[in-house]
Amino acid sequence: MPSTIIEKLWNEHLVADLGDGTSLIYIDRVFLHERTGSVALKSLEAASRSVRNPEQTFCTMDHIVDTFPGRTDKTMMPSGTDFIVATRDASHAAGINLFDLGDRRQGIAHVISPEQGIALPGVTLVCPDSHTGTLGGLGALAWGIGSTEAEHALVTKTLVVKKPKTMRVTFTGSLKPGITAKDMILKLIGEHTASGGIGYAIEFAGEAVRNLEIEARLTLCNMTVEFGAWSGMVAPDQKTIDYVKGRPYAPTDDQWDKAVEYWRTLKTDDGARFDKEIVIDCDAIVPQVSWGTSPMHETGIDQSVPDPAAETDEGKRTAIEKALEYMALEPGTAMEGIPIDAAFIGSCTNSRISDLREVAAILKGRKVAEGVKAICVPGSGLVKQAAEAEGLDKVFTDAGFEWRESGCSMCFYAGGESFGFEERVVSSTNRNFENRQGPRTRTHLASPTTVAACAIKGHLTDVRNIDND
Amino acid sequence: MEKFTVLEAIAAPILRINIDTDVIIPSREMKRVSKEGLSDGMFANWRYTEPGGREEQADFILNQEPYRQAKIILSGDNFGCGSSREHAVWALHEWGIRAIIAPGFGNIFYGNCIRNGILPVVLANDVVENIAAQVEANPANNLVNVNLSNCTVTAADGLAHAFEIGPGDREMLLEGLDAIAVTQRRDDEILAFQARDRLKRPWIYLEE
Repeated sequence: MPSTIIEKLWNEHLVADLGDGTSLIYIDRVFLHERTGSVALKSLEAASRSVRNPEQTFCTMDHIVDTFPGRTDKTMMPSGTDFIVATRDASHAAGINLFDLGDRRQGIAHVISPEQGIALPGVTLVCPDSHTGTLGGLGALAWGIGSTEAEHALVTKTLVVKKPKTMRVTFTGSLKPGITAKDMILKLIGEHTASGGIGYAIEFAGEAVRNLEIEARLTLCNMTVEFGAWSGMVAPDQKTIDYVKGRPYAPTDDQWDKAVEYWRTLKTDDGARFDKEIVIDCDAIVPQVSWGTSPMHETGIDQSVPDPAAETDEGKRTAIEKALEYMALEPGTAMEGIPIDAAFIGSCTNSRISDLREVAAILKGRKVAEGVKAICVPGSGLVKQAAEAEGLDKVFTDAGFEWRESGCSMCFYAGGESFGFEERVVSSTNRNFENRQGPRTRTHLASPTTVAACAIKGHLTDVRNIDND
Repeated sequence: MEKFTVLEAIAAPILRINIDTDVIIPSREMKRVSKEGLSDGMFANWRYTEPGGREEQADFILNQEPYRQAKIILSGDNFGCGSSREHAVWALHEWGIRAIIAPGFGNIFYGNCIRNGILPVVLANDVVENIAAQVEANPANNLVNVNLSNCTVTAADGLAHAFEIGPGDREMLLEGLDAIAVTQRRDDEILAFQARDRLKRPWIYLEE
């Protein structure tokens, strides 16, 4: 019977069918970080349990660390140091691979795991972080878990998982200039809501997805959790294989050949059925920007802030009213022209070298508008190093951006740093929740290139017009 | 883990959709490398007048009597979406919440509830709204009964609403099981899987 790539990977990792709709699934890689990883490792230690296969377990410092140049274990968050030190000590005690501060490989978990070849096509990978689905961009079956589940995966190398329903999201047509993977995923969530994917594992397919480079596929899969989905992935192809080759933890020699042979089988068979199908026409996608406090509160830059009165569903209407109150926006206001106070480039969604190159192409020879605070946080030490080797850091700083050390940073007020009370930020991140980027901070999600264009103009703007000025 | 069988308690309606875990516990309130000491930060941005402050926001429902004694939350769809932070569940549990009734939950949050003795109950939106209306009519007396033995929720009108929960999740809560210990009973199967898999996918097994 023809099967989907999701079913193939499920069956490949099936240790036991538990007979109640759940299965015991083998976990190839566990990734931890200092905020929840520290709690999980400490809890294991207290229960006298140990990590099985520590050599297949990885940990980074990303969630709490400062991103200021010359940083130490100290953070703006008073107790941040405790998390960093506890994670370091517990990682060493458990014998797992740690990407510590001062190691140039350190960075955001979902940026460094592809970079290091830890996430590979076809692996199961879990991390106590909701954006773990990012790694589906390489054809991995990856999903976010809680800290207690992480303990389970660490000790047993398995998780008890309810079999997901399958969904295929097909992006037809082709992306117009200035439109990115970020706009694709925002469009999907805007049209099909923040709960539209609950219970599903998703395969992203279609010509427009095949045409995306690997880092863009990681961006696409990154926000599947904002769609409510359990996981999302793109079937591996030659681009994936080329991307993985030569990475530190990737297979070599005859194992490489064996792996490639296997990876080429990882695709959905013709005629395989999905539980749900969604089709999105890429020809119609314009740059997307959020206006509210859920990623589903988003629209095209050429549109206006919605009127809650036009919403027939009461729950959604109340949510829109509350969102507009929080965001201090009036219904009917054109998105283009809303003034901003700050711009942020970073996060596991959009902080990779290709993102920084695209942003730099817009910033080159231009200046950030007066009064706009602009910050760039590369996703890893190696991304930062690569960008500096190309002179991108100079482009950013000449334009007026701060150039930082890697980490999750202001995506979620991580080390306790924010753009400020009621400041309006256009951000390349993934969540515009209330207070996400700091107390009363107002977030507008957008692609990195849109963030760059807005930073230059000092207001929300259509990146496609930036060259006309 | 604490067992869950039947709960009859005050329920607090917070009927908004997409209540995310950043709302349930903001980043800055996760101060210690611990599963404890988090309830103070629960709903901090809605519960207190100032960020980081502790002066209560009078109009927030959990600051009002009798809802201060609530053990159940009634909510809109997609409760607990967003960040995987289990601190959200630890905070709710420590504050006293034992069941949450909503039309849907964030996937990771749902699993976190099961593993910490909180029962997530999925009921249709109109049922949740109906229960909320009954509660609001007389919150101290119109208690909500959540029964995991027969999988029903009953409000003041005596009408029992059946809900579904996976058998494994149900057993975990009813018996207060330790999930790791349960899986370890199958350790032979796991090791046999590894031995087979190592031959088929050797590149997965990095050198020790």
